[in-house]
Amino acid sequence: MPGFNREIAKAQAAGAAEGQPQKRKLFLICSKGSLDMAYPPLILANAARANGVECSMFFTFWGLDIITKAKINGLHVATVGNPNMHPWFHIPTMVGGLPGMSAMASAMMRQEIAKLGIPPVGEFLQMCKDAGVKLYGCLATVDMMRLKREDLVDYLDDVIDANQFIEMSEGAQIIFI
Amino acid sequence: MSINTSILDNLEFDEENYLVNASDWTPEVGAAIAHELGLELTDQHWAVINFARKEYEESGESPTIRRISKGLGIGTKELYDLFPGGPGKIAAQIAGLKKPTGCV
Repeated sequence: MPGFNREIAKAQAAGAAEGQPQKRKLFLICSKGSLDMAYPPLILANAARANGVECSMFFTFWGLDIITKAKINGLHVATVGNPNMHPWFHIPTMVGGLPGMSAMASAMMRQEIAKLGIPPVGEFLQMCKDAGVKLYGCLATVDMMRLKREDLVDYLDDVIDANQFIEMSEGAQIIFI
Repeated sequence: MSINTSILDNLEFDEENYLVNASDWTPEVGAAIAHELGLELTDQHWAVINFARKEYEESGESPTIRRISKGLGIGTKELYDLFPGGPGKIAAQIAGLKKPTGCV
């Protein structure tokens, strides 16, 4: 096996600097707001930053719940009409519709997630922000849900429209979640 | 302070420049790797590097960024400022450890 490769090291050092045009960029569209669908984009965004990849997140429709102060730590998982609702035991749809079932399933899911050392959504989003992920809300959704800027997390970068999204995501790998 | 990085030439590194044998590591090796990566190590950097080595010794795994942040009480943002490009990966590289694995 060879010694330390200085060419690779130089490329790595050059690549680590922020804001370079040729750097790999990820743009995640988060359109879902359930507990199970909030984690995939957060994990990807965090992993992107941990590997020196630029990352932005665009929260639209139900995804806006992830950046809404009142909703962020109360996200739920569906127990009705959910074809995958048998994580640790089977929940038939008729049972899933009873009062408290979604809350119970969501609490269980939060526990299982915590056991893996994965933070709750609010803390995770802040972690992503601190790691340099850019966070954007969808203007159309904000208007539709009649929200104000103060209803959204303080560290949100901006509320943007579709045109701005198209401009900002140039050259980025876009993932729709 | 001039850093002699020629000590890196006789050690085994994998194709991503991670030290193959953890036992080859010395603080001089760490400083040399950091120098090649364009990083000047301060006491803060060394606190992270030593923490990572301790974690690796105890658990066999390099710590994730969250683990380092909670263990040392250093904020995520500060860690990214100290080690631009990914604090978990780069601190592990300088510390002569394997890349951290896992989803957080």
